[in-house]
Amino acid sequence: MTRAMEKYLRGGLGGTAFCPGCGHGILLGALLRAVDRIGIHQDDLLFVSGIGCAAWIPSPNIGADTLHTLHGRAVAFATGAKIASPKMTTIVVSGDGDISSIGGNHLIHAARRDTDLTVICANNQIYGMTGGQTACTTPVGARTATDPAGNPHRPFDLCQLVIGAGARYAARYPITRPPMLVDAIEKAIRTPGFTFVEAISPCPTQFGRRNDTPDVGDLYEKVEALCIDRENAESMTFDERLKHFVIGEFRP
Amino acid sequence: MPGLNEPSSRRVLMQGNIAAAEGAIRAGCRFFAGYPITPSSEIMVQMAKLLGSNDGRFIQMEDEIASICAVIGASGSGVKAMTATSGPGFSLMQEALGYGYFTETPMVLVNVQRAGPGTGQATHVGQGDVMQARYGTHGDVFPIALCPASVQEMYDLTIRAFNLSERFRVPTFVMADEAVGHLREPCALHGGFEIEHRNRHGEGAPFGSDAPDGVPPMPAFGDGKKLMVTGSTHNPEGFRKVDDPEIHDALVTRLMRKTEDHRGEIVEVEEFFLDDAEVAFFAYGISARTALAAARRLRKMGVRAGLLRTKTLWPFPEEAVAQLGRRVRAIVVPELNKGMFAGVCRAHAAAEVHSVTQTNGKTIEPGRLVTFVQEVLK
Repeated sequence: MTRAMEKYLRGGLGGTAFCPGCGHGILLGALLRAVDRIGIHQDDLLFVSGIGCAAWIPSPNIGADTLHTLHGRAVAFATGAKIASPKMTTIVVSGDGDISSIGGNHLIHAARRDTDLTVICANNQIYGMTGGQTACTTPVGARTATDPAGNPHRPFDLCQLVIGAGARYAARYPITRPPMLVDAIEKAIRTPGFTFVEAISPCPTQFGRRNDTPDVGDLYEKVEALCIDRENAESMTFDERLKHFVIGEFRP
Repeated sequence: MPGLNEPSSRRVLMQGNIAAAEGAIRAGCRFFAGYPITPSSEIMVQMAKLLGSNDGRFIQMEDEIASICAVIGASGSGVKAMTATSGPGFSLMQEALGYGYFTETPMVLVNVQRAGPGTGQATHVGQGDVMQARYGTHGDVFPIALCPASVQEMYDLTIRAFNLSERFRVPTFVMADEAVGHLREPCALHGGFEIEHRNRHGEGAPFGSDAPDGVPPMPAFGDGKKLMVTGSTHNPEGFRKVDDPEIHDALVTRLMRKTEDHRGEIVEVEEFFLDDAEVAFFAYGISARTALAAARRLRKMGVRAGLLRTKTLWPFPEEAVAQLGRRVRAIVVPELNKGMFAGVCRAHAAAEVHSVTQTNGKTIEPGRLVTFVQEVLK
């Protein structure tokens, strides 16, 4: 991270708790750059997170109000905080399991209500903190601690899910393309109402290790190889799309 | 409608649940999040109406879990916040109530108890959640729970719940029941209360205090304090400290002391005919009214019966019950569960404690208590 972004970090921190090669640090940098571009004062920022590795992206790292909540409930907490204090730019940052599995109902209802929140989902496709269990975002066939022979179930398409529920803005980019991620987060925060950014943030420790990419560089290259722009994915079959990261802005 | 903006000592016919909503507004509540559930829904509907006309915020959430989480979030934003629910909803809220306790978030929850367990009898009365109020969430918690026995107390104790919650930064429950919640009787929406507000702008760390009362100041989001709120073990500044044994112990202990060291300020009991009593009821909520009617009948029959009614379930009125145990031969505890508080009484009273239980969704008839006492004294 450039030193210019250090002003947004909380003092007294010795570093993050993220594993070597974790994408969450890059996402943190992208988030701060977006905030910096918009020029929001730190006192007007509230970051809400749930439980899991990604919940530690804002808490305690960002020098703003941070609300580290319960597993799955970040969006519900953020809804109450935002409605009670509309002046606060309220941003939820949490993981895929947190936001879309245990917290899936809160996610779709916040989108439906069009509460003025930006939800940033760090999707590492697995439960990292608890030891690599299958998530609702794990690709078909990927090996996990609970599906050693490969996950038999399809993953959520989170952008389509929130669009179906009424999101004003929805985009998906990997942390291997930080400029696009910064743009998307900036647009999401600037767009009034419920907005959503899914950041593909690979987990070398729990996902890469089990899926033939123990090397971080290899894992990032694999992510890049699987990315396909939404325009180019339109001709794909549903099952083919499931094997890729279809990236881009899906709404508006 | 009187009381909406101007307090009045005039008593008007009102339903208990409506009185609770009026009390919340009077206490300064300006946020309600909830999910419909019988027999508490009238509170939610009334709050939607009152908050709309009192510059407040009302939101119907997708479930009870979201409701209590939204309440905690709103309280963090500096707004007095509440929800209302009944048994199944109370169960769903338990995890977040522990979070609210550990983050020292003021909030009020009105539980209009119905006959459980399970979905039970949604429209019928029960008092089966009184232990859940104390032990429902995981870990060591010491919440405050009040228990109204009349429509007037639905109003008064809801205000008191907000005051205690703000004063101590402890989630506070109004453990009503279906009978009191749906009762209609005269109630004055009076203004005879000091209204407490959290110490929002005080000096000191937001999650630690050397003050004798152990209650730290609570800045709101947006106050420029760069708050770190977490349900994980944290130091006074809010930094997560999940591996430090001393910090965890000190935090759990300080939170306990906020409630336990202030029993004198929190606990309220009411005595009836206890001066010369040889037998006494110990009761709460709607069952206390049954007990009072029974005590009066017994007095007329020449039996020296009395009543110790508690308006506070938790912290338990240990001292008052111990004292009662020294004054009377027998204590009779009528309640709409299988003897939950009779068991707590036994732990604190030297006298023999008799449990009268009823779990049929109906209030206890006073005649049943009269007969029971006559048998006890034989």
